[in-house]
Amino acid sequence: MVTTFFWGFAGMAVLAALLCVTRKSPVASALWLVMTMFSLAAIYVLLDAQFIAVIQILVYAGAIMVLFLFVIMLLNLGQARQTDIRGWFGRGVAVLLGGGIALQLFVLARVVGAEGFGSQTAGYPLPAGALGRVQEAQGAIGMVADPLFRQYLVPFEVTSVLLLAAIVGAVVLAKRKI
Amino acid sequence: MSPELKGLLLVASLKVLGLFVALLVGVIMVVWVERRGSALLQDRLGPNRVGPLGLLQNVADGLKNFIKEEVVPHEADKILFQLAPLLSFIPAFLMFAVIPYAAPLPGFDITLPVLGRFVYEGPVAMVVADLPVGFLFIIAFSSLAVYGITLAGWAANSKYALLGGLRASAQMISYELAIGLSLVVVLLLAGNVSLGEVIAFQQRTTWFVFAATIAYMTFHIGAFAETNRLPFDLPEAEAELVAGYHAEYSAMKYAIYPLSEYAALITMSAFIATLFFGGWDIPFTRWDEQVATAWSAEAVVRFALTNLAFLLKTFFFIWVFVWVRWTLPRFRYDQLMFLGWKVLLPLSLVYIVIMATAVLLLERAGVPHTGRYGLWLFLVNVPLVVALVWGLDRRRVLAGTVRRVRVEA
Repeated sequence: MVTTFFWGFAGMAVLAALLCVTRKSPVASALWLVMTMFSLAAIYVLLDAQFIAVIQILVYAGAIMVLFLFVIMLLNLGQARQTDIRGWFGRGVAVLLGGGIALQLFVLARVVGAEGFGSQTAGYPLPAGALGRVQEAQGAIGMVADPLFRQYLVPFEVTSVLLLAAIVGAVVLAKRKI
Repeated sequence: MSPELKGLLLVASLKVLGLFVALLVGVIMVVWVERRGSALLQDRLGPNRVGPLGLLQNVADGLKNFIKEEVVPHEADKILFQLAPLLSFIPAFLMFAVIPYAAPLPGFDITLPVLGRFVYEGPVAMVVADLPVGFLFIIAFSSLAVYGITLAGWAANSKYALLGGLRASAQMISYELAIGLSLVVVLLLAGNVSLGEVIAFQQRTTWFVFAATIAYMTFHIGAFAETNRLPFDLPEAEAELVAGYHAEYSAMKYAIYPLSEYAALITMSAFIATLFFGGWDIPFTRWDEQVATAWSAEAVVRFALTNLAFLLKTFFFIWVFVWVRWTLPRFRYDQLMFLGWKVLLPLSLVYIVIMATAVLLLERAGVPHTGRYGLWLFLVNVPLVVALVWGLDRRRVLAGTVRRVRVEA
C-alpha cells in the first residue's frame, strides 16, 4: 500500500519537475514547481514525518507565491524567448552539467547496490514503531526541535548566519542607494 | 476485510460525510445570516420572500447561478481560469478536517445484518483527521488559499482583476506573519501543536483568551485579513477595482468565490473558538472532560452538549465577522500594510518574548498546570492589554468620546 503511494507521488514529483523546467511560460513553470513540492510533502507524510511535510507546504508553497509575483512584476511576459539555453556554449555547459549529475546518480546506484532502493536493509533502518513512540512522547515538533536545539545547536546557528548573509545580499542588490 | 478495518472505514466515512454536509449547509446559512444581519444593522428587512424568513433565498440564488451563462474572457488563460476557483474552494473545505468538534464517543462492536461485524477500539475522537501537526496544517492550507485568488486575477487578463489578485497576495502574505507569530504563544503555553492537546490544556488551566490575550487580538485581526473580509477586503474593493480578483467570473464559477470565502469564515471562527475559547469545552465544569468507555445515555448527552458548546462559540465568531463587516469602513492600502508590518508584527514579537519569560518563570517556580497557572498568566496579561489599548488609542477614541459628551452636555 505504502509502496504504491510512494511510486505514485514519486512519479508525480518527477513529472511535475520535468514540466517545470520545460514549460515556456514562467507562470506555468512556477505552478508545476508547486506541484513538485506537494508531491514531496506527500512522500514525507508516507515517511511519518508530518512536521517536515507541513513545513514543506508552508515555507515552499509560500515562497513560490512570491516567485510567482516576481514573474508577474519583473519579467517582460510579452516577448517570450524560444528557449533559455542559447548558443553552442550554453548547450555545451548544459550537456556537461547533465552528464555530471547522471554520472553521480550512476555511482550512487552502484555503491548502494541494486537491492538498495526500497529494501529494508539499505541505510540505517529504525526498529518498527520507533518513530510513533517518540512522537507519542514528545509531539511532532519536539521530535525535530529537541535534537536541533541541543545536539545540533552550533550547525543550526551557523546556518542562520548564512541566511542572514543572503538577506543582506538581497537588500544590497535590490537597493540602488543605501 | 477485518472487522477493525471496516469499523475504521465506517467511522472515517461517516465523519467526512457529516462534516462536509454540515459545512455546505453552514455556508448557505452563513450567507443568510450575513444578508439578514446586514439588513438588521442597516435598519431594513433583507431577503424575506423565499421560504420562512427568507431562508431559501440562497437556494434560489444558487439555482440561478447554476443555470446562468458562463463567460470565459477571450484573452484569458483558459486552464488557469478554470482551475483558480477550485484552488480557492478546496483549501477552504480541507482546513476544517483537523478541528475537533465534540467530546469523544466510546468505541463500538456491532454486527449488522448484511455487512457483518464492525469493531472500533477505544474512544472515537470527534475530528476527521487527528494529525500530530494540528494547527500547522490549518496555517499551511490557509496560505494556499492565496493561490486561488492571485491566479484568478492573473488568468482573467484584466487590469482590475490583476490588481485585486496582487493586493490579495501582498495582504495575505503580510498577515500570515502576524497569525503565525501569535500561534507561537499558543505553542509555548500548550507545548504541542495538536488541537486535541491545545483543548485539553485549556480545560486543565484556563481559556487562552485569558492566558494569551494579545495573541488572541493579533490572531483575530489577522483572521479578518486572511479571509479578505471588511475592513480588509481590498482584493475586491468594489469602489476602486469593480469587483477585484473575480471581476471576470460569471455564473457558478463566480459563486464559488463567495462560497469559499464563507467556508474559510466558518473555519476561521471554529479555529478561533478552538485555540482561544476552549473548543468544545463547557466552562465551569469538569463533567465534559471524562472519557466514556461504554455506551450510555450520559456519553451521548455529553457528545451533544459539547458539540452544542462548540457550535455556539463558532457561531458567535461568525456573527462578529458579519457585525464588523457592516460596521467598519474599508482600510486604505497603506494603512493595511502599516498595521500588518509596523504594528502587529513587532507587537507579536515583543509579546512572544514576554510570554516566554512568564512561562519559563512559572515552570521554574513549579506551578502545576491547573487553574492557578492560568490565573498567573492572566495577571501577566491584564497590564499588557491595558497598556496596549491605551497606547494604540493615544487619547483619540476613548478620551475623544468623553470630551464630545461633555461639549454636548
